[in-house]
Amino acid sequence: MAQMLTANRLRDGAVVYWRAGAWLTGLADAELLPEPAGADAALAAADESVRDRVVVNPYLFDVREDAGTVRPVKEREVIRAAGPTVRLDLGKQANHVQV
Amino acid sequence: MYRYDEFDARFVAERVEQFRYQVERRLSGELTEDEFKPLRLMNGLYLQLHAYMLRIAVPYGTLSARQLRTLAHIARRYDKGYGHFTTRQNIQFNWPKLVDVPDILAELATVEMHALQTSGNCIRNVTADHFAGAAEDEIEDPRIIAEIVRQWSTLHPEFSYLPRKFKIAVSGTEADRAALRFHDVAIQIVRNGDGEVGYRVYAGGGMGRTPYISHVVGDFVARSDILAFLEAVMRVYNQSGRRDNIYKARIKILVSALGPEEMRRQVAHEFDEIRSTGTLQLPQEEIDRIAAYFEPPDFEQQYDVCDIFETARADDPELRAWSEINLARHRASGYAIATISLKPIGGVPGDCSHEQLDGLAALMDDFQLAEIRVSHEQNLVLPHVRKRDLPAIFTRLRALGLATPNAGLITDIIACPGLDYCDLANARAIPIAQRISERFATIARQRDIGELKIKISGCINACGHHHAGHIGILGVDKKGVEYYQLILGGSGAEDASIGEILGPAFGEHEIVDAVEGVVELYLERRQPGERFLDAYRRLGPEPFKERVYAAH
Amino acid sequence: MPLIKNGAFVEDPYAIVTDDAPMPANGAIVSLARFRRDRESLLARNTPLGVKLASSEPPDALGEDVQRLSVVALEFPKFRDGRGFSWARMLRTRLGYEGEIRAVGDYLYDQIAFMHRVGIDAFQVRENFTLAEFRRALDEITDVYQASADGRKTIWQLRAQALPKPGA
Repeated sequence: MAQMLTANRLRDGAVVYWRAGAWLTGLADAELLPEPAGADAALAAADESVRDRVVVNPYLFDVREDAGTVRPVKEREVIRAAGPTVRLDLGKQANHVQV
Repeated sequence: MYRYDEFDARFVAERVEQFRYQVERRLSGELTEDEFKPLRLMNGLYLQLHAYMLRIAVPYGTLSARQLRTLAHIARRYDKGYGHFTTRQNIQFNWPKLVDVPDILAELATVEMHALQTSGNCIRNVTADHFAGAAEDEIEDPRIIAEIVRQWSTLHPEFSYLPRKFKIAVSGTEADRAALRFHDVAIQIVRNGDGEVGYRVYAGGGMGRTPYISHVVGDFVARSDILAFLEAVMRVYNQSGRRDNIYKARIKILVSALGPEEMRRQVAHEFDEIRSTGTLQLPQEEIDRIAAYFEPPDFEQQYDVCDIFETARADDPELRAWSEINLARHRASGYAIATISLKPIGGVPGDCSHEQLDGLAALMDDFQLAEIRVSHEQNLVLPHVRKRDLPAIFTRLRALGLATPNAGLITDIIACPGLDYCDLANARAIPIAQRISERFATIARQRDIGELKIKISGCINACGHHHAGHIGILGVDKKGVEYYQLILGGSGAEDASIGEILGPAFGEHEIVDAVEGVVELYLERRQPGERFLDAYRRLGPEPFKERVYAAH
Repeated sequence: MPLIKNGAFVEDPYAIVTDDAPMPANGAIVSLARFRRDRESLLARNTPLGVKLASSEPPDALGEDVQRLSVVALEFPKFRDGRGFSWARMLRTRLGYEGEIRAVGDYLYDQIAFMHRVGIDAFQVRENFTLAEFRRALDEITDVYQASADGRKTIWQLRAQALPKPGA
């Protein structure tokens, strides 16, 4: 099962995704971590972002590839990537951030 | 309502600076997240699914127009234009930035508000009957003792690192509109045989993973002794509550483990010691000083039947419906208690936009209404409305989208934020509330069904109070799919009961039909005048099971 | 580890001794288990003696002996474990203990003010902790609402003082 790495930005709480040492806002831009070794390495590397007070609580989550797009397995991560399902005018979904 | 004196004002201002320093130390790295987390929680700041969430205290659910305006301003300036009222009478903002929170708290302090102890393992907001000061059969305004307890519990040096959170509720009437029996500690104001006013103290109630109904630990505690008594309860809990397992750390577990008799004995032992030192005797001057803030307004002499109002509602069916459903009897002739529903059909329960907050503040000023209340059912209440003002107030409320005539009816649903917002959730709660609301939208049908309290939680933490719902719904995660357990027969009122799971859980596309099945069976089998809750208690679960699972 | 007592850094006259280590020549703090095991010989020593209580060990477990200890150390195993606050209060108020009450273990700067109020007067602190930080911790909030072991005037008492007396 492929994974991605996510966290919340310390200063404003925004949900961010890891790509090669940087933190981006859109799930669609996030780095796919297809192997456990790579995923663990990314998680370990993310420690530096925690120490540098950029993010809090980084963790890995499962994703699956579905007809060319990558989708989180858990509903929680789908909602977290987009925004509240009951307020489509709020969150990343409203800012045209690619989710 | 209570007004800060120089001591209260300085206290809150210093607390803001204390938090500002804590944030600085977090941002500089001096504090790790693990160290910062309990500190930010003690200031009501969570990290949720999408962002931080700030829970602002509304002591015993009472707000002024000025405070509403500041909340509207905060919603606009620091958040996304709305707030959410909770089952503990507080308000939550879902999108503040950590770096802005000290400034938000500073602005709140200018209107005598704060976010102290709205989270964390400490004594939380003390809630009280939202009809305080207006209810006919009230013995004493519960907010007097609630304010006293609020001050006593604020930054209490001994009880700020409890095994778990601690929630206190107060009621001044036989009717329980504060869910006393589901609180860690509750105070019910009573009279003894000599007509003296005192406090019956309950302990060990709670919702969460394992719901409990509280037990009486003090039958009649004198007013001058109540703080010593509460301190005794807190001390027993702080010393003996479990700290090895967060799911077994509430006082309800301790009371259950010790048994109510042993709990009483331990509390009495501590109480005797505290009382003998005399340090917590409540000074009469302080009681009087605080009580004076809760004197009811000067009620005008009015006939109870008000021609202006009666004429208006004879002519306006919407006003008539709203007045028949959303008004409660007031102790003063010619007045009414008005519930402002925050449950528009298909809307998000408990949410309130900045326009609505400002509109309510203007309404309060225009009609000289000093207070508005937040109920634990996520609605607002205007406690002292002159009947002759009702037609005009209704018109204003309707323009604000705040005139839904459903107080206490099936579409007056309590729902926690759930998986749409909350880091702890397993399933979404709000969309279920919306779909049930739409299914039962017709007013005539709602009125026919009568009182039916639906409460929905998105996880076992039970912030939606599903154990106390006439119909409770608990969202669960079954292999990554949202499922909903149907729970019947709970009550948070003086006839407190814990609801019972009906049977296997339902998928998100089945749960609304299941609820409708339950309601239809009730309508078929009820006796004249019998509420849903009473019919369920009479009939038991079997007929409901048969109906709901036969079609399943 | 540095020790702050009565608002100043002091040399620590005690060694915290594990259960099977030999007793030092001078001041010693032992566990409750060791105190119970070696009570006679420990009390017979004419050097200062203290007991370190775990957060699950209430001070009244010491009985009358507590008055013979010159220090009671309260362990805070994790800052979330707030039992030590009740134990300090118990020592001062119920047991009338007047010796040193020392906080050891994992606790936060932000808990110091509370600890001070419940009767803790000595603080084992991290290496580069300053007295300025200590003072700041105590001074962040000027007045207090509720009575505690420190006997400090509460806001309610200050209010009552400020009111004109009847007949004045």
